[in-house]
Amino acid sequence: MHLLVCGGTSCRASESALIAESLKRELEEKGLGNEVQVIMTGCFGLCEKGPVVKVMPDNAFYVQVKPEDAAVIVAEHVIKGKPVKRLLYVNPSTGEHVSGSGLMGSYRKQIRIALRNCGSINPENINEYIAREGYAAIGKCVTEYTAADVIDVIKNSGLRGRGGAGFPTGLKWEIASKNQADQKYVVCNADEGDPGAFMDRSVLEGDPHSVLEAMAICGYAIGATKGLIYIRAEYPLAIQRLKIAIGQARDYGLLGNNILGSDFSFDIDLRYGAGAFVCGEETALIHSMEGMRGEPTNKPPFPAESGFMGKPSNVNNVETFASVPVIINKGWEWFSSIGTEKSKGTKVFALAGKINNVGLIEVPMGITLREIIFEIGGGIKNGKKFKAVQTGGPSGGCLTEHHLDTPIDFDNLVAAGSMMGSGGMIVMDEDDCMVSIAKFFLEFTVEESCGKCTPCRIGNKRIYELLTYITKGNGTLADLDRLRNMCHVIKDTSLCGLGQTSPNPVLSTMDNFMDEYIAHVTEKRCPAGSCRDLMKYTIIEEKCVGCTACARGCPVNAISGERKEPHFIDQEKCIKCGACFERCKFGAVLIN
Amino acid sequence: MEKLKSIADLKKVRIETKTQLDMRARDGSPEAVVQVRVAMATCGIASGARPIMDFFVEELDKRGIGAVVTQTGCMGYCYAEPTVEVQLPGQEPVVYGFVDRKRADEIIEKYIRNGELVEGIIPVNYERID
Repeated sequence: MHLLVCGGTSCRASESALIAESLKRELEEKGLGNEVQVIMTGCFGLCEKGPVVKVMPDNAFYVQVKPEDAAVIVAEHVIKGKPVKRLLYVNPSTGEHVSGSGLMGSYRKQIRIALRNCGSINPENINEYIAREGYAAIGKCVTEYTAADVIDVIKNSGLRGRGGAGFPTGLKWEIASKNQADQKYVVCNADEGDPGAFMDRSVLEGDPHSVLEAMAICGYAIGATKGLIYIRAEYPLAIQRLKIAIGQARDYGLLGNNILGSDFSFDIDLRYGAGAFVCGEETALIHSMEGMRGEPTNKPPFPAESGFMGKPSNVNNVETFASVPVIINKGWEWFSSIGTEKSKGTKVFALAGKINNVGLIEVPMGITLREIIFEIGGGIKNGKKFKAVQTGGPSGGCLTEHHLDTPIDFDNLVAAGSMMGSGGMIVMDEDDCMVSIAKFFLEFTVEESCGKCTPCRIGNKRIYELLTYITKGNGTLADLDRLRNMCHVIKDTSLCGLGQTSPNPVLSTMDNFMDEYIAHVTEKRCPAGSCRDLMKYTIIEEKCVGCTACARGCPVNAISGERKEPHFIDQEKCIKCGACFERCKFGAVLIN
Repeated sequence: MEKLKSIADLKKVRIETKTQLDMRARDGSPEAVVQVRVAMATCGIASGARPIMDFFVEELDKRGIGAVVTQTGCMGYCYAEPTVEVQLPGQEPVVYGFVDRKRADEIIEKYIRNGELVEGIIPVNYERID
C-alpha cells in the first residue's frame, strides 16, 4: 500500500511535509513502516482543497488533511480498510463523497483534444498514431462524405481558429471551396512567435500526424491537392519529426495519389520561415513562402480568393488542424457539447511567468482564470500576490484580479480588453511593474515591425521611447495623454494585424493600472519597485555599524564614511547597481 | 512499407498495432514488458531527457529487465522536466518528474523491480479523449 502526499508548492505551504512525517510516525508505531510507504508527489492540481493525500491502490482521495488526521487515516483506512468519510473529496457537481476509480475525472479541469496523443504516443511511429484512430477521419471523409458534408461538420462543430482571431474554421473552408481554380492550397501556419508561447511546437513535436491528416481533410473539403506547412527554422526538432511523419505517411500512401483507394490525392511540403513575427500574419506568410519579403498586403483580396501563387488558399493554425480529425471521428455534436455558447471545444495554453506549475495545459472554453492559475497552475511562485496575466502576447492585453472569475472564451476576453491570442499566458505578480511590462512588449513589436507602413514603423518606436522616458522618471502627465492618443492612431491606421494590435499592451495596462503610470510621472516612483532608475538607495544611520563592506564593494565610489561610523551614499554618483544592498550584513541599506 | 489501399488495410494496421500494444501492457501475456516513455520535446531534451533515455535503455538491458523504452512528446509538466512515464504490465502508468540519473536508478530498482512507488510522482491532472 502507498500513501501519496501532495508535495506541490501550495500543499507544502499548508504543512503537507508535516502530514507525511506524521503518517510515517503513525505507521512506524503500528509496525507497518515496511509495508506501507509514504511518498511525496508533485502537484495534484487541486490546490484549493489542499493538502491532499491519496491512498493507493484503493484510490481514496483525502482533501484538506491536517497533520493530526494522520492517526485516523492509519487506524481506520490502513488497518481496518475503512475510508475516513469526513476527509474524502466531495464531487462538486453531485455533492457525493467519492472514492474508488470513479473519482479521477471529477476533479480534473483539463481535457486533452488537440493534445490527445501528445506525450503518449511515439511521434516518430505512424503505427502508434493509427492505433489511436489515426487517419480514420480522412478515411471516413473520402469514403462516406462529400466535400460539402465535411464543411458542414466543421461548421456545425463551432470550431474557431486557434491562432488568435477566432474566425470560424468551417466558414473559412466554405469560402475557399467556393472559389474556383485549377490549383488550390492548404497552408498550415506554424509560425509561432508570441513570447512565451509553445503550443504549436508541442503539437508538432508530439503528434505531427494529426496535423498532416487534418490538412488532407481540409484539402478534400476545399478541393486542394497541395498542402504547405510554414514553420520557423528555429524549431528544428518539430521540422525533423514532420519530415519523418510526411515520409511515413507517403510510404503508407496516406499522402500522395489516390489516398486509401479513393480519387482524392494530396501531398504536403514544408516551407521554412526565418523567425519573423510578422510572418504569422497570413498575407505576410504567403509572401514569405513565395520567396518574397515577409511583408503583409491589404485584405481584400483574402487568401481564400488569391493566396499562395495567386491561387485560393486556406490558412489555418496548427492547433486548429489538430482538433479536426477528432471532430470528424466523434461528430460535431460531441465537440460542440464542450465549451461555451460561442466558443466550442478546448484551448491549449502555455502557462509561463510567475506561476508554480509552468506547463502546457488544455482546458475547456469557459473555464475561469482562477481555476487555471490557482488550481492547474498551482498558484503564484513564492507565495506572492497575483497581479495580472497577459494573454494574446504582444497583441493582447492583461487581465487582472477583477477578471479572475470571468469564463474564458474568445468574446469574453475581447470584452475584458485582451484577446485569446494563440495561447500564451504570462503570469505576473506584485513585483512586476506594468509600465515595464508594456515597454517589454513594445520593444518586441518595434524589433518585429516589418517597416512597410509608417504608423507601425515610426509610431511604435515613439511609444517605446515615451515608455522609456516614463520608466526613467522623466515623463509628465501630458505624456500619458500623448501616449494614449498615439496608441489609437497606430491602431486605426496600421496596415496589418501587427500594428493594429501592437498598442494593446499599453492601452490595457493604462486601463487597469493607471495609478502605476501616474506614480511614475508625478511621484517619480515605481510602486512595484522594479524600475531601476526610480530606485533610491540610502543607508539607515542607526543600523550602519561602519564595517565599510558597502564602500569597498561600490563600483563607482559613491559611498563614503569613516570606519565604525555610519556611511552615506552620494545620490549623484550612485548607479543603482545594488552591490551595497547585497553586501550589507546588517540590513542597513534601504531601497525606495 | 506496403501501401494502404483501402479502409480495410488501415484497419488491419490499427488492429495489429493495438493488439501488440495491449499485449505489452497486459499482465501475464507472453509479450508483457515494462514500458518506459520519455518526454522528448525540445523542452524535455533541453532539460536533459536524452541521457536519461539512454540510461534507461542501457541499464534495463544490463540489469536483465525486459522493457521497451520509447520517446514521446510533451506531457505538459514543463516545470518538472525531464519527465518519464512508466507502465508496469497490468497497471496504470505512473509519471515521474525531475528524473535525473539517481532517480532513474531508483525507479528501476524500486518501482520497476518491486512495484514500490518512489518520490517524484506527478499526478496526472488531465483527461485524454480516446
